[in-house]
Amino acid sequence: MAPATGSAGSDGTATSGWRQLRDVKIVTANFGVPDSHKLATYRTRGGWEAFRKSATMTPAEILDEVKKSNLRGRGGAGFPTGLKWSFVPKEARTVYLVVNADESEPGTCKDRELLAYDPHLLIEGMAIASYAIGCKHAYIYIRGEMMREAKIVQAALDEAYADGLLGKDHAVAGGRTFRFDITLHRGAGAYICGEETALLNSLEGKRGWPRLKPPFPAVKGLFQQATVVNNVETLMNVPQIVQRGGAWFAGLGVGKSGGTRIVCVSGHVKRPGVYELPMGIPLRDLIVDVCGGTPSGLPIKGVIPGGTSMPPLDASELDIPVEFDALMTDARIKDVEIQRGVPFDLGNGRRLKTMAGSGGIVVFDQSTDVVALCARIMRFYAHESCGQCTPCREGTGWLARVCTRLADGDGKPGDVELMGNVANGIAGNTICALGEAAAWPMMGFLTKFRSDFEAKVRKAA
Amino acid sequence: MSLEFSAQAKQRIERLLTQYPTAQAALLPVLHLAQEEFGHLPDEALHLVADTLKLPPAHVFGVITFYTMFHRENTGRNELMVCTNVSCMLRGGYEILRHIEDRLGIKAGQSTPDGCFHLVEEECLAACANAPMMICGPDYYLDLTPPKVDAILEDLRRRWREGARQLPTGGSSTGGASGGPGTKTMIGIGPGYKG
Repeated sequence: MAPATGSAGSDGTATSGWRQLRDVKIVTANFGVPDSHKLATYRTRGGWEAFRKSATMTPAEILDEVKKSNLRGRGGAGFPTGLKWSFVPKEARTVYLVVNADESEPGTCKDRELLAYDPHLLIEGMAIASYAIGCKHAYIYIRGEMMREAKIVQAALDEAYADGLLGKDHAVAGGRTFRFDITLHRGAGAYICGEETALLNSLEGKRGWPRLKPPFPAVKGLFQQATVVNNVETLMNVPQIVQRGGAWFAGLGVGKSGGTRIVCVSGHVKRPGVYELPMGIPLRDLIVDVCGGTPSGLPIKGVIPGGTSMPPLDASELDIPVEFDALMTDARIKDVEIQRGVPFDLGNGRRLKTMAGSGGIVVFDQSTDVVALCARIMRFYAHESCGQCTPCREGTGWLARVCTRLADGDGKPGDVELMGNVANGIAGNTICALGEAAAWPMMGFLTKFRSDFEAKVRKAA
Repeated sequence: MSLEFSAQAKQRIERLLTQYPTAQAALLPVLHLAQEEFGHLPDEALHLVADTLKLPPAHVFGVITFYTMFHRENTGRNELMVCTNVSCMLRGGYEILRHIEDRLGIKAGQSTPDGCFHLVEEECLAACANAPMMICGPDYYLDLTPPKVDAILEDLRRRWREGARQLPTGGSSTGGASGGPGTKTMIGIGPGYKG
C-alpha cells in the first residue's frame, strides 16, 4: 500500500494519521505476485501450511480460534463467523458449506478480484472451515456474469484435485481422516441470489426466492441439511487465523471487529480501487489521503458507506472509523428518520444510522444531483425485487417511479412524504432484507439530503 | 424440430449429476450448457433440459424466465451490457450508454439490424473501481471513454464479420479468459486493486 502523499485538497481536515495503525495484508497478500492464481505460486507463498496446522487441531479448537479472532462476515451483515459456525447442530449428519460469491451489491467489487487473484486462498479457507464444521461437500456459488473468474476458480479447483488436496483423505487429529469436495456452481443473473436463502434455492435448481426464517440455514439449509453460508473474503481470512492465532487477528482490529477491512472505493475520487486497510481507518482519511479526494476539487457532498443498501452519510459525518459497530452506533452519525423528527426504530430502542455492509464505499461531490442518484438506486431495487412479498414488489416500484419523476422535474407536492411513507411500509414487512435494502437508503437520503428533494418539488411546482 | 445434446455435453451432464444429491440442482449448470450448445433456450431446448433432468417443463420455464442470463430469444451476437448503476453513473456511465446508442443507431434493449450487437443497460457488474465499464460475453471492458468504446465496437464488429462470433456463455470467446489474472482483454486495463 503506497498511496501518494496525503493531499489536503478541499476537505482539508484529513490526516495521514491512519498510517500509524498496523498495516497488515491478509487476503490481498498475494496480489501483484505473478501467477498468484496458480497452486505452485500459492505454495511458495506458504499456502496450505495453515491447513496442515489445522489438521493437528480438533474441529472444536479451530472453532475456538475463529471465535476468538472476532472475524465478522464480510458479505454485508457483519455477523460473527465463529458464532455462525457454532449454530450447526452437533447431531447434524450432513453439513454443507456454501461460499457466497454472488457479488452484486452496487459499489462492491472486491470478491471478483479476490477470486481472480488468489483462488487457492479461498480453497484453503474452505478446507479449514469444512473440517471445523464437518462438511464433506462444499459449493461455491459464483455470480453468473463472472465467466472469466469462474474459469480461474475452476482451474484452481482442478489443480487442487490433481494434487490430491481435494477428493482425497487427509490425516487429521485423533487418528481420524477428513476428505472433502468442492463444486463450483454458476448463478445466472439475479441480485437477489446474494441473499443466502435465495442463493440456496437457486443452488437447488429453483427460482431465487428467499425463504422464510426460521428455520435458519444452520439448521435447515441446502437440501434441507445444516448449512453455513460464508462470503468469499470471510473465508479467505481463515487460514491466517489458524496460522497466527485468533488473538493475533483480533488484535489487528478494533473492538469486536477483528482483522483488516477490504474497501472498494468508487465514485468521485482520484484513485478509486480495492484496498485492504486497517480496520477502523477514519472515513475521511480513506477518501482524501488514500484515494486522493475528489477529482473536481469540489467538497464531498456525501458517501454511501457499505453498498447502496446502506443509508448514506453527509459531509458532516466523515470523521468516523470504518468499522462495523462504529457505523451502526457512532453518536456523530444522525439517526435515519421515517419522517421529519421521527427516528426509525430498529427495535429495542436501537436507531438506524448506517452499516459497513459489503465495504462498497461510493463518494459523491457537491456537483451531484442526489435525487437522481437516489432514483437510480431505487430503480435498481425495483428491478431486482423477486416479487414474493407485496410491500417490496409494489413498494420498490413506487419508490422508483416517484423518485424518478421528481428527479426528472415532474414531481408533485407531497412526493417527499409519499416516498417516506412507502419506505416505512416496506421496512420490516418482507421475507428478506431486500425490502430494507431499498427502504433504508430511501429514508437515509430523505433524512440527510431533504432540502435537495424539497427543492425539486418546489421547482416542479 | 427436436434438439439433442452433443456427445460432449452429455458427458458433462453425467458428471454434473454426480456433484449434487438431486438432479434438480443441476438445472442451472445444464441450462448454461444448453445455451452454450444452442445459442438460446427456445421451447425445444427447454423440453430437452426438462426431459434430461426429469423435471416438469413448467418448472424449467419458471427458472429460465427468473434469471436474466437465460435467453428465450436468439442472442448469437455481441451482447453489450453497459452498467449505469451509481458508481458508473457518477463517472459517466449514462454518457457511455448514450454514446453507444448514437454509434449503433439503436436504443438500450434493441439489436442492430445486422444482428451484430444487442445493447443492454445493465445493473452493477462488480467492477466499480474501474467505472464506467461494460461487459461483452466473458470480457470486462473497464475505465471506458468514448474513443475506447469506438475501438471496442470496431474490433467486435470486425471479429463478428470474420465469423469469430462471441458466444453468450464465453465458451470459445477470443477474449483472454484462460490466461489467468494477468491476461487482459484488448482494452481492459488492470483491475481496481491499488494496494
